[in-house]
Amino acid sequence: MSYPPIATQRRSTGIPTGRLAVWWVLASEVVIFGGLLASYLMFRIGHPEWADAAVHTNTWIGAFNTFVLLTSSFTAVLGHQAAERGEGKLAARYLIYTILGAATFVGVKSYEWWYEISHGYTITTNNFWSFYYTAAGLHAAHVIAGAVIMGYIARDAAKNVNLHRVELIGIYWHFVDVVWIFLFPLLYIAK
Amino acid sequence: MESLIQQASSYAGSIDGVILLVGWIVGFWFIAVEGIFFWLIWRGRAKPGVKSQYITGKEKHLKRWITWPHALVLVCDVFIVIGAAKVWYDIKLQLPEADSTVRVIGQQWAWVFQHPGMDNELDTADDIFTTDTLHVQNNRTYHYRLESRDVLHDFSVPVFRLKQDAIPGRSITGWFRPTVAGTFDVQCAEICGIGHGVMGGRIVIEEASEHAAWIAQNSTSAQ
Amino acid sequence: MADASVTTVEGAVEHHAHEHHGPQGILKYIWSTDHKIIAMQYLFTGLFMGLVGGLMAYVFRMQLAFPGISVPGFGVVSPHEYNALVTNHGSIMIFWVAMPVLIAAFGNFLIPLMVGADDMVFPKINRLSYQVFFVSAVLILASLFVEGGGFGGAWTAYPPLSAQGDYNLSSLGATLWLIAVALEFIAFLLGGINFITTMMNSRAPGMKAYDIPLVCWMIVIASILFMLSVGPLIAGAIMLLFDQTIGTGFFDPARGGDPILWQHLFWFFGHPEVYVVLLPALGITIDIVATFSRKKVFGYKIMLYTVVATGVLSFFVWAHHQFIAGIDPRMANVFMVTTLLISVPIAELCFVVIATLYGGSITLNTPMLWALAFMAEFLLGGVTGIFLGATGADIYLHDTYFVLAHFHYTFFPIAIIGTFAALTYWFPKMFGRMMNDTLGKIHFWGTIIPFNFIFIPLFVLGLGGQHRRIYDFQNFPELAAMQPFRVFATMSLIVMLLFQLVFFYNFIQSLRKGPKAERNPWKANTLEWTTESPPPHGNWPPDQLPRVYRGPYEYAHPDREEDYWPQNLPA
Ligand code: HEA
Ligand code: HEA
Ligand code: CUA
Ligand SMILES: [Cu+2]
Repeated sequence: MSYPPIATQRRSTGIPTGRLAVWWVLASEVVIFGGLLASYLMFRIGHPEWADAAVHTNTWIGAFNTFVLLTSSFTAVLGHQAAERGEGKLAARYLIYTILGAATFVGVKSYEWWYEISHGYTITTNNFWSFYYTAAGLHAAHVIAGAVIMGYIARDAAKNVNLHRVELIGIYWHFVDVVWIFLFPLLYIAK
Repeated sequence: MESLIQQASSYAGSIDGVILLVGWIVGFWFIAVEGIFFWLIWRGRAKPGVKSQYITGKEKHLKRWITWPHALVLVCDVFIVIGAAKVWYDIKLQLPEADSTVRVIGQQWAWVFQHPGMDNELDTADDIFTTDTLHVQNNRTYHYRLESRDVLHDFSVPVFRLKQDAIPGRSITGWFRPTVAGTFDVQCAEICGIGHGVMGGRIVIEEASEHAAWIAQNSTSAQ
Repeated sequence: MADASVTTVEGAVEHHAHEHHGPQGILKYIWSTDHKIIAMQYLFTGLFMGLVGGLMAYVFRMQLAFPGISVPGFGVVSPHEYNALVTNHGSIMIFWVAMPVLIAAFGNFLIPLMVGADDMVFPKINRLSYQVFFVSAVLILASLFVEGGGFGGAWTAYPPLSAQGDYNLSSLGATLWLIAVALEFIAFLLGGINFITTMMNSRAPGMKAYDIPLVCWMIVIASILFMLSVGPLIAGAIMLLFDQTIGTGFFDPARGGDPILWQHLFWFFGHPEVYVVLLPALGITIDIVATFSRKKVFGYKIMLYTVVATGVLSFFVWAHHQFIAGIDPRMANVFMVTTLLISVPIAELCFVVIATLYGGSITLNTPMLWALAFMAEFLLGGVTGIFLGATGADIYLHDTYFVLAHFHYTFFPIAIIGTFAALTYWFPKMFGRMMNDTLGKIHFWGTIIPFNFIFIPLFVLGLGGQHRRIYDFQNFPELAAMQPFRVFATMSLIVMLLFQLVFFYNFIQSLRKGPKAERNPWKANTLEWTTESPPPHGNWPPDQLPRVYRGPYEYAHPDREEDYWPQNLPA
């Protein structure tokens, strides 16, 4: 089976199949993060004392990472536009910038966690920290997975192959960004 | 219901009442629907040369055969909701004045019962602790405080129609009023590990004099 | 095809060795991206797991009927083994039998064929879905044999019992169970993407939304329902996994956690999940009923909208499993109202199926018998749900065998009756041969009658106050007396299991020697019947993919001599 099935080329709804699929993936991701954050919120409302734990998160680092992610989302958009114009090389370059953003995000996050862990705030310290590491960790896993896939797509795009995938990974990347926009205030700002 | 299991609390009758109410309503529907179902199958058996009818489901005179029943189901639901909510309110939402309070503690895999002693006050020096046997007096209203030491358990007394989960870290208060003297099963109704199947207990319902004697005999600091 | 059947179970183990040789020989079946082969893989894995789940039921039912005996073929059942068997029976039957067979196997087989496509839109994701599923199946089976034994904390896995090895005494089994379930969810999320997008986007030219056979709609709606409800439980599974392995306290009250939270996450998924498996079975039923009563479905759109209404409502009923689990008792009545409301759309669905029979010309062959039996038996399962939804009654009935009988009267029709209906109906298309109808009917009656004899007594036991997950009722004086009911149920189960041999014989014989099936043996309208039996790779020759001119249920149309009108025939 080397040739793609005819089914893949059809478009009964008028929407490209890849985009449909990404939206459905995101729908299922939304409920995963939604469940986690809803649980966190229920606890947070019931336990005002968690604010004392939240004091020890570093808002500045969080803010910096927010900035990094937003910028990387912007380069992803530029990549998409380049791909639309058929400029594969340029699209690939923008994707690489996005990957660099992801790498910065993960690097900063590692430092942050190392710092917190070495000060005794680990995932088992209390339930605030459990949520902190679980939610941020699940998000970071999405960042890393996204960056890896983006690497493959960039490699193809540089050869002008599968350019439509640049858009798809971009949609995913915005989602990762939006999740962070929820996590940042909930975990860092609310003190 | 009573022929299957005795009623031994003040509210057992009303719970059985709800079960019967639902039973009559859905029983009627069940029989009616199955009846029509089999009748249609019987009536519709393929006969050589007879073509089936072309019906789209938009015909008004046919469609009402499903819209009416389906509105009626809603009406039946209302009756069931009212009946059940009333009983639920009486049992779970209000707490009648207690004549006495016991504490029921679930743990892997036994029930610990804490009875008030002679002073009829819980958490005093003369409290009586027992394992797996709860002593209560007939025709008295009891509050129970349900707790757990480890995992979830569920305090269930079938003859009372009483059932409530025990949750570690919480104390849940409920009530019952026995109406028949005798000895009955207590079961644990929430899986709690290997010994869940043996986590039974007995509830002993005694008449006043008997119960007073038991209390007197067992109170640790009986005066 | 027959080869695929035998090899799927060992399948994935073998492929690693030959990774780079390209698919040939047996590997063609294991490493294939063809939707029909993946359907077979799901089907045979599911059937195998069904057998495992059924045999588990045999072991623990023997223990219940004859406590303490050495069960032939198993040995003495210890209390922990009993719990582990019940837990894994429940989990396997739902996650490794009902879902893979009804959704994945028939979804994979039917959706591309019924919408007139040559394959799924993402064949590789499809293959990945099965592979993840296969790993999860291996894990759940392996979890039974690890140190400490399988997980025994019920399929609902309520913490703290499930969270701490100190409590369940099988920490490895519990962790493996959890990972297996989580992987199974991921497999179905991957599969669901294909079902949804294929039906949305790869329909044959001319096929409008209301021309899609209902069974496709049902599988797709079920996939969406699954997708939207399982998320919180996946989050919960991660939390529980951390509780189990690295010692967080999400669900541990001693450390500020809340065990009830898990119940909310579980049932928020758990209740929609019952409709996730119900809908495909209902779709199968309605398609078969339409074909063999030669009738247009009574209200295609009513059916569709009602299903959507059911799906939406199903997100608001979950706490009816927790009435007495320590939620705020005032909330209980709210959930009672939503729960009872759901009887309205479901009643409507049942009425539509029944109304379809009206004025029909009904042939009672094996598939039709199964489809009708689904309806007849499910009704009892459905109406007994109303007792449980009524708060006042549930105080008593919760966690008794009444609940158990309720859901076996829904699940058995869905998972077993529905499967047999679909299998006997599409067998000619799947394998290119006809099944023996007489043996099929013997198997039918030999399954349906014992089924009722197993579970009717369990209703009685439940009303008598018998609770679930108890390995020996002799410990309870009031319950000990009802032993004859238990023995009777177990005996009926054995009879039923023996009759399954008829099915296996029929299945294998028909595969080898059954008369060759023509393209359209049932004279049905939908597109899968317009290609060869079994369909070749690509389903139709690439230049002859069908085009659609009308809806799927145009039976006995007055404008036509023939009593059926295939979707692809030009007017
Ligand atoms: C596919 C499986 C399936 C299906 C379809 C259903 C359908 C329903 N279930 Fe069931 N249920 C389970 C599987 C299923 N359930 C399982 C597995 C459990 C136990 C889990 C565990 O604890 O392990 C359970 C437990 C369960 C409980 C919790 C019991 C307890 O533990 O205390 C409740 C309570 O409300 C309930 C209610 C219902 C209702 C109201 C429906 C409704 O959808 C039914 C609606 C259908 C009809 C009503 C029939 C058709 C209508 C008519 C013929 C018209 C006449 C009707 C009226 C007038 C009302 N179910
Ligand atoms: C789809 C769901 C499903 C199915 C089909 C069944 C089928 C059966 N179940 Fe199951 N059961 C559950 C889901 C299911 N169960 C769940 C969720 C629980 C709760 C677990 C818990 O408490 O945690 C449970 C618990 C449970 C108990 C309670 C134990 C206890 O609480 O102590 C009992 C007791 O009798 C029981 C009995 C049976 C029997 C006799 C069958 C028989 O009908 C089995 C007959 C089997 C066959 C006929 C198999 C034959 C298979 C083939 C021939 C292969 C073909 C395959 C297909 C058609 C798919 N089950
Ligand atoms: Cu305690 Cu079950
Ligand atoms: Cu439910």
